[in-house]
Amino acid sequence: MFLNAQKPGLIKDPYIYKPDSIMLDMEDAVAENQKDAARFSLYHALKTINYRGCERVVRINGLDTPYWKEDIRCAVAGGCDAIRIPKTESAQDVKVVEAEVVQAEKDFGREEGSVLIMAAIESARGVMRALDICESSERLFRNCPFRWRLHQRPSDTHYRNWNRAHGSKTEHGDRSTSAGVQCFDTVYTDLDDMDGFRQDVENIHLMGFDGKSIINPRQINIVHEIFTPKQKDIIFAEKVVREIDTKKAQGIGVFTVDGKMIDIAFYDGAKRTIELAKASGVYKGDL
Amino acid sequence: MINAVGRDIPEEILKATGKEVFQGVHHFDGHVYKKHGPEVECVINSNGSKMVDSIHDVLVKCGIKDGMTVSFHHHFREGDYVVNMVMKEIHDMGIKDITICASSLGKAHDPLVEYIEDGTITNIQSSGVRGKIGEAISNGRLKGLAIMRSHGGRVRALVTGETQIDIAFIGTPTCDEYGNCRGIGGKSDCGVLSYAMSDAFHANKVVAITDCMVPFPNFPAHISMTKVDYVVEVDQIGDPKKIATGAAKPTTDMRKLMMADYCTQFVVNTPYFKDGFSYQTGVGGASIASTISLAKVMKERNIRMRFGVGGLTKPMCDLLINGQVDALLDTQDFDLAAVESVKDLHHFRISAGEYANPFNKGAVVNKLDFVILAALEVDVHFNCNVVVDSNGMITGAQGGHPDTAAGAKCAIVIAPLLQGRTPAICTDVTTVTTPGESVDVVITDYGIAINPKRQDLIEAMKDVDLPFKTIEELRDIAYSIAGEPQKVQFGDRVVGVIESRDGTIMDVVRQIKPFEFDD
Repeated sequence: MFLNAQKPGLIKDPYIYKPDSIMLDMEDAVAENQKDAARFSLYHALKTINYRGCERVVRINGLDTPYWKEDIRCAVAGGCDAIRIPKTESAQDVKVVEAEVVQAEKDFGREEGSVLIMAAIESARGVMRALDICESSERLFRNCPFRWRLHQRPSDTHYRNWNRAHGSKTEHGDRSTSAGVQCFDTVYTDLDDMDGFRQDVENIHLMGFDGKSIINPRQINIVHEIFTPKQKDIIFAEKVVREIDTKKAQGIGVFTVDGKMIDIAFYDGAKRTIELAKASGVYKGDL
Repeated sequence: MINAVGRDIPEEILKATGKEVFQGVHHFDGHVYKKHGPEVECVINSNGSKMVDSIHDVLVKCGIKDGMTVSFHHHFREGDYVVNMVMKEIHDMGIKDITICASSLGKAHDPLVEYIEDGTITNIQSSGVRGKIGEAISNGRLKGLAIMRSHGGRVRALVTGETQIDIAFIGTPTCDEYGNCRGIGGKSDCGVLSYAMSDAFHANKVVAITDCMVPFPNFPAHISMTKVDYVVEVDQIGDPKKIATGAAKPTTDMRKLMMADYCTQFVVNTPYFKDGFSYQTGVGGASIASTISLAKVMKERNIRMRFGVGGLTKPMCDLLINGQVDALLDTQDFDLAAVESVKDLHHFRISAGEYANPFNKGAVVNKLDFVILAALEVDVHFNCNVVVDSNGMITGAQGGHPDTAAGAKCAIVIAPLLQGRTPAICTDVTTVTTPGESVDVVITDYGIAINPKRQDLIEAMKDVDLPFKTIEELRDIAYSIAGEPQKVQFGDRVVGVIESRDGTIMDVVRQIKPFEFDD
């Protein structure tokens, strides 16, 4: 959930709405002449507020601005969990940021490697280099393609421009997955159109995205609802895990569960469903 | 003397008011007393007219003099012109030492401060006060005492004769020349006149003030000519835009929506949520949102409400339109939809006495299953404060809070854990208005606490997936975020009394003073 780092009212307790991750924004939400003030509230928020297990990511200013280095120092000193790089176009961008993060970790006595990196990919060039970017750093754990900027044209409102965005997103998702990096979708900005939002989240969920960026807590429930495994999927996953475990012991490689062919290739997927269900609080079983 | 909620009530206040300390919500159950009656000047001569030319003339006819008690209702809310109009005339006549007995006073009545300062008004009895009057009282400007009463408690004070109104001024949207008043119609339509009905019964003189005369008979009358001495026509009794506002847009504030959702989930999981249940809610964003989400669940589960009570707003009236409730019992209308709904056959007007007076033979509040309330502060004893703010300033009103909480089987208070920078859940409220024994559940954005004396509700919620916490845990979270607030520092002088609905003293409010730091 994106939150303007400058607004104490927003950043004091967003965890009550149970987002998985909050994105304290130093970039677009903060006016050019307010960056210092925002850094001040960012630092103190990170230092003093107990975000109760909610991941704290800081979106720094672009690498083409004079602000991003100080943003990193402030975020790392405050104790953030991750830095989000806007408009990432190359592996080099990630490496440059990583170097600053390493230095800041040293300067402020944080454990080396404790601050992760997230790359927002917002241009065609970035998409073309997605795999490179994803593999650029051990710290890179997530990327986020911005449909909005990929297809910014006067006549296009990003959320109705599904089909055009679809191709690059699919490809993008594939590249992220192949690099073992989480892939998050961009925001949906029309807060009044909850049906459109739901459709959007359903689509990206089907495409294999790992999560959705949001701009308002009102959007949280829909994302959680769609990403939470359904009971029937959980039951099936549970069967798959148990059957593979038993059959392996019996020396059987391939078999059927509820009429579907199952082999070891399904194991990780089923495990993942169980883990997701646990994280969503809907699985109380013992797997 | 320490009362049942642990507040030390000064002896001099007990002596000055002749009151006892609060001894528990049911202390007076079964109490027998003789009703007090007003003086009545008979009108037998059929030549007479009740029309009087001006407020000034009617004051003269009523024999206004120093030390009298005059009463007003608050159906015109922040749009009211009547209180200021009458008090200006009383002031201009040089009358002093008036006691105002109003069902409530708001910011619309800020001009009264001048009359408090110059001794025209020396005592105030009201559900509460807001704005400048509250500041004046808290600053010790009122010579006498401000007595804050619940809506039910006010009627009790009139019925027992504890307060004898000399002249009741009843602003009425329509009236005929013989004094039949209706809350419906005219320029200043407020729907009902519930709070004024008790005044008409118990005042020695009753004056109807209207800006819309209609031919006799203005029937069915909400207040009958048999109670009214005089009628005055004026240009304008209120500002219609502020009397009944357009329906509030349902809140989009996620914090309120979340608390509303918790509330609805709680309600539907209690044993009381079944066909034929009854319900009252307030006008706060979370209360309104919870009515909307409750209506959805009622529809899904095919459960009907038998009756809804209020203080009504659009979402409650929509239940009637959609056939989800059999009857609405109405004491006040907060928006145009509610005013419009009054015309429905199943929308019933009730008097403040029927609504909430603890000293009659059973009030509507006693029949409530649920009431959804708000509070400025709730403490770990579940005591609520709805009158005094965190600076010690009188700024709110009891309204029906203690009445409905006492009556309802399940009284739910919704409050954000922090009101701005101030913990709403605390160790001891600044001032007790509703005793914890009446409050069953507290819902915050950080979790829900059930009063431990309601083991039945705790049992009913055993398997319900809601963030239950103890009230102490909620307080601790609040303090861990905002710190433990230092106690408000008051001066010695008692400026106000928080009266329990049964007339005993729940708490006192002292004059505020600037905060002094230890070092």
